[in-house]
Amino acid sequence: MAEPIKKVSIVISRGSLEGVYPGLIMANGARMEGIEATLFFTFFGLHAVIEKKMDHLKVATVGNPAMCVPSAMGPGLPTWMGAIPGMSWFATGMMKKEIEKLDIPPIREFIEMIHDTGCEIYGCKATVDMFHLTKKDFCPQVDDIISVGQFYEKSAGSQIIFT
Amino acid sequence: MAVKEYAGKMVELDADGNLAKQTDWNEDVAKALAVEEGIPELNDRRWLVINYMRKEFEAKGDAPSIRKLTKESGVDTKELYTLFPGGPAKKAARIAGLPKPKGCI
Repeated sequence: MAEPIKKVSIVISRGSLEGVYPGLIMANGARMEGIEATLFFTFFGLHAVIEKKMDHLKVATVGNPAMCVPSAMGPGLPTWMGAIPGMSWFATGMMKKEIEKLDIPPIREFIEMIHDTGCEIYGCKATVDMFHLTKKDFCPQVDDIISVGQFYEKSAGSQIIFT
Repeated sequence: MAVKEYAGKMVELDADGNLAKQTDWNEDVAKALAVEEGIPELNDRRWLVINYMRKEFEAKGDAPSIRKLTKESGVDTKELYTLFPGGPAKKAARIAGLPKPKGCI
């Protein structure tokens, strides 16, 4: 039998709701299986751990040819319609409702929960500098702001997953 | 199907090593399963989680999500991971005599 996975490092690089959730679900799922997990937020993914932004993430409706209404098996939404004002707001509302039905917590609660499972949470130093942010801008669950080199050090023996 | 002895009782196990038949479960079997999971003693807090999971399973047909479990049992996420180190949902379900939980959360 193949060697089981012992440790994962999950990078979250996008700041949309559908860009953040998969990484969070994978990190939490890893901990549930007894796998060590580390989360590393970079570029717009950082929005998921910025105090003022984490409660307001939205579904990206522009440039998404897979977007269908009113549900996944409904007719495709012409891509240009994704740009209509209110579209992202509407799609976000729909997705949040479905997510809640599955008992998946909102971003802030999910980050707290994942941190409580023993998963370490880091922000990317290059992005923090580029966006002129400081540690104070982040939610308390962010353990540290680290460089890519430190990320690789902490990921020793890990499977690295980029999302 | 594998058969193994727990607390002096021969019980059938499913493919995941969990009890195949709920009716085989009793508190002594739970204690023996716990030892196998690296938990030498089932204290009150652990029983609280196990009994909650059994109650939920009976009502819904699947083990509760960790979120529901922590919200309703009064055992928070941190404590849950201390009580059942290395995979709380999976371990607690096995000790509770339930199949491996199907949910992702």
